[in-house]
Amino acid sequence: MALTQPKIDATEARLAALAVPSGASWMVDARSDAVARVRAMGLPARRDEYWRYTRPDSLIQTEAPQAALFEGEETPVFGGFDRLKVVFVDGVFDPEASDALEGENLSIERLSDVAQADIHWAKDLFGVLETNGQTPVERPLAALNTAFATDGVVIRATGVVSKPVSLIYIHKSETSDAMLHHVIKVDDGAELTILENGPAAARFNKVMEIDVADNAGFHHIRAQGRDHERRAVTHMFARLGTQSTFKSFTLTVNGKMTRNECVIELTGDDAIAHVAGSALGDGDFHHDDTVFITHDAERCESRQVFKKVLRNGATGVFQGKILVKQGAQKTDGYQISQSLLLDDDSQFYAKPELEIYADDVICSHGSTTGAIDEEAMFYLRARGVPHGIATDLLTLAFLAEAVDEIENQELADEISNRLEGWLTRRRAG
Amino acid sequence: MLEIKGLKVKLEEEDKQILKGVDLTVEAGKVHAIMGPNGSGKSTLSYVLSGRDGYEVTDGTASLDGEDLLDMEAEDRAAAGLFLAFQYPVEIPGVGNMTFLRTAVNAQRKARGEEEMSAGEFLKVVRAKAKTLKIDADMLKRPVNVGFSGGEKKRNEILQMAMLEPRMCILDETDSGLDVDAMKLVSEGVNALRSEGRGFLVITHYQRLLDHIKPDVVHIMADGRIIKTGGPELALEVEQNGYADILAEMA
Repeated sequence: MALTQPKIDATEARLAALAVPSGASWMVDARSDAVARVRAMGLPARRDEYWRYTRPDSLIQTEAPQAALFEGEETPVFGGFDRLKVVFVDGVFDPEASDALEGENLSIERLSDVAQADIHWAKDLFGVLETNGQTPVERPLAALNTAFATDGVVIRATGVVSKPVSLIYIHKSETSDAMLHHVIKVDDGAELTILENGPAAARFNKVMEIDVADNAGFHHIRAQGRDHERRAVTHMFARLGTQSTFKSFTLTVNGKMTRNECVIELTGDDAIAHVAGSALGDGDFHHDDTVFITHDAERCESRQVFKKVLRNGATGVFQGKILVKQGAQKTDGYQISQSLLLDDDSQFYAKPELEIYADDVICSHGSTTGAIDEEAMFYLRARGVPHGIATDLLTLAFLAEAVDEIENQELADEISNRLEGWLTRRRAG
Repeated sequence: MLEIKGLKVKLEEEDKQILKGVDLTVEAGKVHAIMGPNGSGKSTLSYVLSGRDGYEVTDGTASLDGEDLLDMEAEDRAAAGLFLAFQYPVEIPGVGNMTFLRTAVNAQRKARGEEEMSAGEFLKVVRAKAKTLKIDADMLKRPVNVGFSGGEKKRNEILQMAMLEPRMCILDETDSGLDVDAMKLVSEGVNALRSEGRGFLVITHYQRLLDHIKPDVVHIMADGRIIKTGGPELALEVEQNGYADILAEMA
């Protein structure tokens, strides 16, 4: 379809403000292909069907809108965990603040170093999984990232990695506009846990490409919080081999604009993909979970569990799709998106989709929007639990199904404690 | 202890008078029973006293130990010592029974300016009390009332009562949905809590519960009023003759 002139203009204006970084020839090729993809697709516009509930304007405009730095006492999440810290400040790797990039069964390199190498395994993945994820739905901001992101990490797990790799995104400049691109490969039988936290920048565009080989396991727990004015668009592109496992959980609190896209292709039989998220929005908060899971092998299982609690005019969006290709028999697909609206000003938009071309599958989806259950509220109060605490208890109960998707109990507890802390700090009365 | 005077209540949503002037005093250490036909206002009385939304008090007063109940939020009434055992205990998915109990106990203690119970101390007490009510560890761990049988729900109500140690207990049709064994267990739980300083108001449709929880005073409620008050023999009279005779006698 031909692009409209305003769309072409907006895209060209954005491209003109960015410079394609130098590198080895394969990298330069990958980047110029990505630029071509951006040109062909055009950057998202308000009238695009995929951006119906989320305004892309602030994510595509040339200058990043300013974002004040977080002023709060809370210590960053995951602080008490034994982990390998990889720190980025406003989107730039900080070797001083990071741990040594090494570990058992693990290799970690900076993308900027990898980009200079004439031969590197990342060549088969960088921009490749992103490209695969562009059909059937276009994701131009991910292509933009492939073209221009200079920093990020390239991680390979060759066996079971016991210590989580913790990507920490620090925001220091009110005008920072950061792009990070990570490439992750989990080899046959290997296991890796990635943690992510921090506001990253005033505006953040992040892509993570993940190749999970046969029998491999990938776990991902992310906490997006703190800064109120930050904006972010993130993409995860994952390809799953036979009997592999992919589990991702995201906690989002605060943030003027967050769009998290997750694109998963189950390409090997008996693979498992779980994606979950809990979001708490208060006031000027817009949060969008967009998920696309493709079943292209037999007996795979996928679960999408997304819960949002919204108040004071906060907005939540969920677009989730399960695509079952021909031949993907015995697929087990499940999707639930729910919102708890704590007042009349908040809004939740849900677009659940199923598209199935195999005849022997189990797929279900559901979406609900509701207020606090008055019966449960009275029951709690009649036992002496004050209204504010009762609201928090019922809110946490609502979010629990998503948090339960985190396999590691200690990390699940850490997330629960964060949710509780956030609620307690804002408790009315 | 519980003093209700000329209480008149209507539904907020529709202009319907439910209680038309209830007078009732429950003394400390006593068990009062309220019996009456369906729709007489028994459950409404329990809800109005415990602070449920949707009712409008148009006249009269209700106080506990001299404190005006009707002026308080539901949670403050609970902290003041009022407890309602629900006819239909509410299921709360996602909230563990233990968390619920501990939150309630400590919220009430805090409201009264008392020290909160430590996790260890709480666990010890709750286990002992649960045991006498035949509530196992699994029921304590599960979400509040979720997947509980009718009998388990009612036992859970009594466990809450035992943990919260209220001054004034209102039991709303606690016998409904119970088989004979469950009724015995629940009644034993209630009887164990009978004491000098504690009052009970037992709302029931049938006399059979009163075989187990022996009342000191029996009231008959009809059409939003207490129309007759007597001793335990009044309950037996209802059992034998139904409400028709009493209603006819008062008419």
